[in-house]
Amino acid sequence: MQDIQAAFLAAFNLIVSLDADLFDIVGLSLTVTLSAVGISCLLGFPLGALLAISRFPGRGMIVVFISSLMGLPPVVVGLTVYLFLSSAGPLGSWQLLYTPTAMIIAQSVLVTPIIAALTRQIIEDLNGEYSELLRSMSARRRDVLSTLLWDARYSLITAALAGMGRALAEVGAVMIVGGNINHVTRVMTTAIALETSKGELALALGLGIILVLLSISINAALMSLRTSMERFAYA
Amino acid sequence: MKRYLCKLTGLCLLAQTALVGPTLADDFIIVQSTTSTQNSGLYEALLPQFTEMSGIEVRVVAVGTGQAIKNATNCDGDVLLVHAKPSEEKFIAAGYGLTRSDVMYNDFVIVGPKSDPAGIAGSNDVAAALQKIADSEAAFASRGDDSGTHKKELSLWSSAGIDGPASSGSWYRETGSGMGATLNVGVGMDAYVMTDRATWIAFGNKADHTIVVEGDSAMFNQYGIIDINPEHCPNVKTDLAGQFIDWILSSDGQTAIAGYKRDGQQLFFPNAK
Repeated sequence: MQDIQAAFLAAFNLIVSLDADLFDIVGLSLTVTLSAVGISCLLGFPLGALLAISRFPGRGMIVVFISSLMGLPPVVVGLTVYLFLSSAGPLGSWQLLYTPTAMIIAQSVLVTPIIAALTRQIIEDLNGEYSELLRSMSARRRDVLSTLLWDARYSLITAALAGMGRALAEVGAVMIVGGNINHVTRVMTTAIALETSKGELALALGLGIILVLLSISINAALMSLRTSMERFAYA
Repeated sequence: MKRYLCKLTGLCLLAQTALVGPTLADDFIIVQSTTSTQNSGLYEALLPQFTEMSGIEVRVVAVGTGQAIKNATNCDGDVLLVHAKPSEEKFIAAGYGLTRSDVMYNDFVIVGPKSDPAGIAGSNDVAAALQKIADSEAAFASRGDDSGTHKKELSLWSSAGIDGPASSGSWYRETGSGMGATLNVGVGMDAYVMTDRATWIAFGNKADHTIVVEGDSAMFNQYGIIDINPEHCPNVKTDLAGQFIDWILSSDGQTAIAGYKRDGQQLFFPNAK
């Protein structure tokens, strides 16, 4: 119980003292996660939408495959990306291991299937309502895709948020490919793991509290953006 | 698909320049090292002194000795600083490393709960203490992760003539994680744990665990530093790595190690030749 009280105190102290290291770590967490989610959206939205409106043999298997990738263990992704980026690996000459870029790649691998799978479901549902109309207008495939994606944009924000939740919270992948190097690749989750292993449980939980607050603020910001977009769209 | 791949690569390159551009200059080295040296806080005290003097940034990846050696074998580091001499010599014999130098030492201790179920408190005979732990089947938390500390622990069991890991799952518990994480487990389940003294002194969650066995010469813990062979790893920054190794073995580096204290206690004892 004492540790939990101490954790809130630690979180409070870190925030009010404007701790420089904390801001570095939070900043890197946000940069890595937001970049990864951005890349995942660029890949996952069109991929999911394409899968939703296409019919071809083997489609069912691909849908199942992408949905199962939503459960990829971060540590497996981290290990795989490590093996690719390691100097002994096929992409070793890129010299990306132990950089934030490596962390962005790993998280993109983790998040893209989540966004693609959710997008597929959202677009498929919407396509059920739109398909006749679109067909009667003999819209081209490209226009069908962009119309569906645009009209589903509010639901797609939720898909992006689901992906972001995953990226912000995972520790297994960024620990392996980033190396938790102080001032270079240390993010919130790896810092929490490190403080826990030092036995500094209150400080670790304090960082955890800050991470949760961060997640709440991002979600709140996007939700209010969504509300104002909706109000504007239907006004 | 090809277009998306281009987009991905393009974005990565963009992110690369935006994120790590300023620090991408070649003035840093990567040291593959152990959790015990990081968890004790040594590097935070030591490295800024070197960086200030040389302008070379030192990036430490702290993992178990087994993983550190594996990463270095994959050429993912410029320097290896670990503590498992037989494995280190094997690393050099295989042509992955050039030379190995002693840097510093401390010792291992066994910590345990106040209740001391195996009755070993105050002992300085580690073989006898392990025998008592096995006889009384008192809980013992092992790293179980192929780290330097784990290898040392296994060698102590075997020289005591006991097959501890054979009881894995009952009183012998393998955590498969780092030193601090294993101490957390040990404290949580009232188990004995073998740890290096530095991590223990710096550890923040001791609860009512204390050192029960210490002072046996078999528990000596030597740290060594190795430069990576550029013939095996063409990317290695031999020059910068050499500067770091020279510094840590110099009287300046050795003094800095000796000067690192927690709670008034010296954690590492320099012994470079």
